[in-house]
Amino acid sequence: MELVDLSLRFRGQPNDVVDQVSLAVGQGEVLCVVGESGCGKSVTAMALMGLLSPDYSIISSGNLNVGGISFDLTRDALPREMRGSRVAMIFQEPMTSLNPVFRIGDQICEAILSHGNVSRSDAMARAEEMLKRVGIANPAQRLFEFPHQLSGGMRQRVMIAMALANDPQVLIADEPTTALDVTIQAQILDLIRDLRDDTGMGTIMITHDLGVVAEIADRVAVMYGGQVVEQGPVRDVFENPQHPYTIGLMSAMPRLDRPGGRLAIVPGTVPAISNMPDGCRFRTRCAFATSECERRPGLSEFAAQHSVACHFAPLEENIGVTA
Amino acid sequence: MSDQVILQAIDVVKHFGGGDGWLTRAPVVQAVDGLSFDVMRGETFAIVGESGCGKSTLARLLMRLLSQTSGDVLFEGRQISSVEGEELRKLRRDMQFIFQDPFSSLNPRMTVGKLVGEPLEVHAPELSARERRSKVATLLRQVGLRQEHADRYPHEFSGGQRQRVGIARALASGPKLIIGDEPVSALDVSVQAQVINLLGDISRELGLTLVIIAHDLGVIRHMSDRVAVMYLGRIVEIGSTEDVFTDPKHPYTQALLAAIPSMDGKRTDHSATVKGEMPSPSDPPSGCRFHTRCPYAQDRCRSETPHLSPGARRSHQVACHFSETLERPASLVAPKPRSETVEARFALYRAATEGGTVKHLKNPNQHQQTERT
Repeated sequence: MELVDLSLRFRGQPNDVVDQVSLAVGQGEVLCVVGESGCGKSVTAMALMGLLSPDYSIISSGNLNVGGISFDLTRDALPREMRGSRVAMIFQEPMTSLNPVFRIGDQICEAILSHGNVSRSDAMARAEEMLKRVGIANPAQRLFEFPHQLSGGMRQRVMIAMALANDPQVLIADEPTTALDVTIQAQILDLIRDLRDDTGMGTIMITHDLGVVAEIADRVAVMYGGQVVEQGPVRDVFENPQHPYTIGLMSAMPRLDRPGGRLAIVPGTVPAISNMPDGCRFRTRCAFATSECERRPGLSEFAAQHSVACHFAPLEENIGVTA
Repeated sequence: MSDQVILQAIDVVKHFGGGDGWLTRAPVVQAVDGLSFDVMRGETFAIVGESGCGKSTLARLLMRLLSQTSGDVLFEGRQISSVEGEELRKLRRDMQFIFQDPFSSLNPRMTVGKLVGEPLEVHAPELSARERRSKVATLLRQVGLRQEHADRYPHEFSGGQRQRVGIARALASGPKLIIGDEPVSALDVSVQAQVINLLGDISRELGLTLVIIAHDLGVIRHMSDRVAVMYLGRIVEIGSTEDVFTDPKHPYTQALLAAIPSMDGKRTDHSATVKGEMPSPSDPPSGCRFHTRCPYAQDRCRSETPHLSPGARRSHQVACHFSETLERPASLVAPKPRSETVEARFALYRAATEGGTVKHLKNPNQHQQTERT
């Protein structure tokens, strides 16, 4: 799956909320999109799935390529028959994304029946098989329970079962573990990794947690203010971060192995989308910004597959700091 | 030693429900079940656990926002459950609370100046309006806001700034102890770091005692001196943060630490992932409450409740029958050291954000860079 040059804005806003974003995920690969609230990571995912209403948003450019079929996103979104079967999505809050008045089994069946020409009993059998596969005990009994009878971790497992019931090629997971406790988060990440290995699906995982990225991603794209500022294989990005924002995020994380002292910070807060600066959108919070940064830095490759959008990368060669 | 103890919990129990209903009897939820610990003056004490372990109930008990079913909470040697009236007001002056959600804990119809000034009206009624305004300005500066922010309303602020307002409000009465229930967990990483630094600075400058409730182990490791790990209403391990994090003795603490995704390329050890989910506190397992998920559980764990190992008051204690005989998991793998250039880059960033003078050695040369399509 490949997304090329997506730009979109909400109606009534002067600036793009997603600005020339390109992402690609291969078979069996996990791509993490990481960034803070308001960086456009969820909107990008919604646009990929065609879940944004044209009444509120305008896509000004963007091409989507799924398994050899190409769409011009400015004209048409992902067609309904592919949504859920070729590309599936799971959400952050499993309680609000399951319908509280239908049984688990019926909800999974609905997903299967709407994409395949199968009988209801076959669909039910498939639903039970999926529940078993995502590690739910007593699947036959759980099929007849309601969402409120399940815990948060189990609900997320049900969401995953539902998403994978039609063997999608790509799974988009929007903060799938944010609402869960760490021990349950570890279980769900294990599950996603195992399923990825079994099915060879590509996964785009959206998260704000750099720890989760390190845990599961093959490649990572760091987003700030609707733009991808750094992208590359996860090892390269974490061991050799180039963009000041990536460095700032990494320094700001309290760490288990280096306790005490003050944390380095990213000064200020993310500006509202209507106040986004021109050029490099990070420049209002960047300690190194100059007038040069009013010109937008392109995403340029400086090592194999590792690219960064900063005029001054690598910092240590271009900048000196005296206390 | 005991004069150093500022807050003391003695066998505190809080059960909810259980009253006679008209048709049914509500199940008893054993939210907090027999907790004892001391908080020393000037330290940062952390309570960690997953959702449903009773940590927020405990915070409310310590603050007397709830009253306990049995047991005692002593603040500076005085029982807080019996104080009333003027005494209670004094207690509230000495003990303040920071809430998790800066969006719902501030009254949207009051200006920040009023919000921060409100505790002053109660606790320092002798101040004139002008003195109060200048005190509010001082408090706002102390938490990194500006004086002119006093005339604005909460909706005009970002989450991090609102949390600063919450902190200024807590500081207004000049407390000795601040209890923070997940004070940074609603914030983004970059803003979270700012608030963590602020809390650290303030507690150092004012000699405050902090009790921090959190689920994020990284935050706790960074901020706290001592930590108590809770599971289903009980403390399973308590000790200095250093001891608990480097040599966790309870299987639950070990599992918690193993479950944190680490940025250092150490993939989670799958075998250490605990199975299953936390049982309901209305029907807790017998014996050791962790035995349903514990990889080492034996018959004794099902029948006999382990208690915190006796020992010196501030030592590392653990509530597990087999903590001495369990094999220790390999301690946290030391992170791969960063390469020198990358370390230099991080140092550069830190120096620049902490007020260093930035000098650009050369102009960026765009011709060397190839635009990626």
